[in-house]
Amino acid sequence: MTGGLNLLREQYDNLSACIRCGLCLSVCPTYQVSFKEEEGPRGRIAMLKALVEGHLNLTSDLLEHELNCLVCEACTAICPAGYRMEPAQIAFRADIRDAAPWPVRFGLDYFLGNLGRLRRLVRLLALGQRAWLVSLASRTGLVDVLGLRRLTRFLPDLPTTFIVPRGQVWRPAAGPVRYRVALLTGCVMSTVFAGVTRATIRVLTANGCEVVAPAGQGCCGALHLHGGLFDSGLRLVENNVRAFNPDEFDAIIVNSAGCGTALKTYDHYAGSPRAAALARKTRDVTEFLDEIGLKPPAGEVPVTATYQDACHLAHAQRITAAPRRLLRAIPGLRLVEMAEPALCCGSAGVYNVTRPGFADALMRRKARNILATRAEMVITANPGCYLQLLAGLREAAGGDRPAVEVRFLVEVLDQAYQAAPQAVFVEVRG
Amino acid sequence: MNREKLIGALATIVGDEWVHHRPSELVAYSIDGTFQQALPDLVVSPATTEQVAAVVRVAAGVGMPVIPRGAGTSLAGGTIPLGGGLVVNLARMNRILEVDKANGVAVVEAGVVTAELQRAVEREGLFYPPDPASLNQSTIGGNVATNAGGPRCLKYGVTRDYVLGLTVVLADGRILRLGGKLIKNKTGYQLAQLFVGSEGTLGIITEVTLKLLPRPRYRATALAIFPRLDDAARSVNGILAAGILPVTLELMDNLTINVVEDYLQAGLPREAEALLILEQDGNHPEAVRDEVEQMAAICGELGASTVQVATDEADRQRLWQARRAVSPALGRRGRNKLGEDIVVPRSAIPEMVRRVRQIGQEYGFEIPVFGHAGDGNLHPNIIFDLRRPGELARVEQAAAAIFRAALELGGTLTGEHGIGTLKREFLTEALGPDAVEVMGRLKAALDPKGLFNPHKMFPEGDGVEGFLRQLPLLGTAEAPG
Repeated sequence: MTGGLNLLREQYDNLSACIRCGLCLSVCPTYQVSFKEEEGPRGRIAMLKALVEGHLNLTSDLLEHELNCLVCEACTAICPAGYRMEPAQIAFRADIRDAAPWPVRFGLDYFLGNLGRLRRLVRLLALGQRAWLVSLASRTGLVDVLGLRRLTRFLPDLPTTFIVPRGQVWRPAAGPVRYRVALLTGCVMSTVFAGVTRATIRVLTANGCEVVAPAGQGCCGALHLHGGLFDSGLRLVENNVRAFNPDEFDAIIVNSAGCGTALKTYDHYAGSPRAAALARKTRDVTEFLDEIGLKPPAGEVPVTATYQDACHLAHAQRITAAPRRLLRAIPGLRLVEMAEPALCCGSAGVYNVTRPGFADALMRRKARNILATRAEMVITANPGCYLQLLAGLREAAGGDRPAVEVRFLVEVLDQAYQAAPQAVFVEVRG
Repeated sequence: MNREKLIGALATIVGDEWVHHRPSELVAYSIDGTFQQALPDLVVSPATTEQVAAVVRVAAGVGMPVIPRGAGTSLAGGTIPLGGGLVVNLARMNRILEVDKANGVAVVEAGVVTAELQRAVEREGLFYPPDPASLNQSTIGGNVATNAGGPRCLKYGVTRDYVLGLTVVLADGRILRLGGKLIKNKTGYQLAQLFVGSEGTLGIITEVTLKLLPRPRYRATALAIFPRLDDAARSVNGILAAGILPVTLELMDNLTINVVEDYLQAGLPREAEALLILEQDGNHPEAVRDEVEQMAAICGELGASTVQVATDEADRQRLWQARRAVSPALGRRGRNKLGEDIVVPRSAIPEMVRRVRQIGQEYGFEIPVFGHAGDGNLHPNIIFDLRRPGELARVEQAAAAIFRAALELGGTLTGEHGIGTLKREFLTEALGPDAVEVMGRLKAALDPKGLFNPHKMFPEGDGVEGFLRQLPLLGTAEAPG
């Protein structure tokens, strides 16, 4: 069956770039836990290529092995031939349309596609928090179908106030404005992680940035694209291209690695010069702070911490040194490296809900690597990793409190600035 | 036995999860590091030597060919299941059983990845020198089966020099345990060595006992650029004549320099005919630095236009940058490439490089040459595009010309990749009919039914004409419309 594979067919040159050297096997998380060629990038490329060529049909085994791909981009980053996994998987998943089970597709479209609904959902969940959800999950079978029982172990403490982007401007309380930046407030980063986004604004203003939250912006669309909801993804991409005018800003700042990768590739999905300029000006917050020269925090954060590379920061955006430099600039913080810091934790968007087998194996491996460092804190820069690390370290502790504290990098920076208190910003409009 | 029963019999041995038989899975095991592709009938991933032996007995019972496979990184087609058969995937057998410091040996399963072994022994202050370019993905079993080498071989030797013992599953399912933790061992024929470089045609290597060395504490590196290739070759000889045995003498020819420069834009001199990376290691920092500086001085005297020396790690990495970029630069250069692996006497290197350049011009290919100048092992890489009509026939002619040039200069077909499918038709030219006949008798003695990795190493009798075109490809021709 090659009739409906129009987007994958466009990837044929990309698929043909593979020289089959197998270097990707050494970094592929699913290969490293299975040692099966069909669960490694080289095998997946060969299968997709054979599918396009008509040597394979779209059978259930092929689907399984392809959808087991985390799209973590470790293979793309190491590939000597320039093959890129992400566009191939996005194309394949768009072509087959049912890449994710219907409750996930529904959830992505209904809630992430409409931030008003997402805010109501998060508020509702926050009211009951975990106890309520656990009891509901155990009482009703429907909740099991929706995968919520599994979801409860990922839930962080939820806020009840959110960041609603309406064109607010935050200015540094003191000193000159060095840069004018736009902030992608996103979906979960403006709701579930509103506190992290507030910390991001404080850290940016402390570094002389005027921060703007352009009105009309929404979810970046990455989860939709990865989940096979190509049209929904495109709509979200186009919405953000309308909302952000790159000419008005020195940079577009993103504090979620997955979303940053999406924005940096917007030009592939919306071909306009404006999308290309937006992509070019997009910076992960850690990348930007490192680039402009971080203002050294005066306050101490006395902690032994380890850093978990988010796949979409380390592999997709090739940013590994900047976050570590920022952490080393924090007085009192001792950074220790874990084994395999850049091996995917198994979160991968909604993967930990849709493909529990590999996701749990990788989560436990990550938890073991973190515990082996004896660090008191694990720091990351992506919401998916945060939730997965939380679940893995809760499981390791056998309770609700994780065995090791999980934090976003900007939260720790913010803590360092706050430890030597001074006013950091004034909100002037919004 | 029908297919279903065979799958059942294999699953009884290894478990359902480890028999790969669905269509997409067969495609995943149909490839290796070359451009060939052929589907196996079945794939099985055993976890122990005993499981391998049981699997072999089942296959032998039904007369099904057996193709051993580590990471499938073969550069000569050694793991392609030509004509179908049962692929035995050893990647799961990846335990480092023992790093024995007292005896300076490691005992490992065949599926251990070379770089992981190196890291494990280096943590103990020990050293496993063979370093094929694929060391991050290739397995020890495959390294032994191809007698893999690498840049450090001039000083430290090849995989063969480290194999003290092997566990091998024979074609009748018996398990042969050879050698052991003994540096000296002359009891009977050197059977373990017989399986080194046997490319899966004589038995399945499942466990390896390897000699380890103390880890050298210091390394220093130099990079020299030569306007003239002959001066680079004279420098290599000058260095060895001065009584220095360096770890590494890596050579890049003019085309390789240009391919890398196109990719890196690091300011490499495009007109230079050769670039040498020289490295020395040892336990005394002054001695190591002295020798590298001596090497640098020799290069300078014998015609190098620039020489840089690095003793700290950051500088070393910078000097290696150009050499490390060869693989990604070639990977992006063209759609297909054929990486050759000829060896010539060291003194014949300039002549060989010149002949490759002529062959490239004659057949219309870019053929960059790089390799190990100390041991004469060169890698001419033919860059081509299978979509062009008649391309493979021209590649064949160019490759044949390269093989014959190497043989004429007193060299041979392969230094570290193996014969596999790609060079089998040239075996008799390289070895002579008597040697091939003796090999055939050894093969027949160990594998009388010819079930182990058929169609590899031995000439098929089809001759040299069409030696690449007769190999199977799956849909490499053109993108379907």
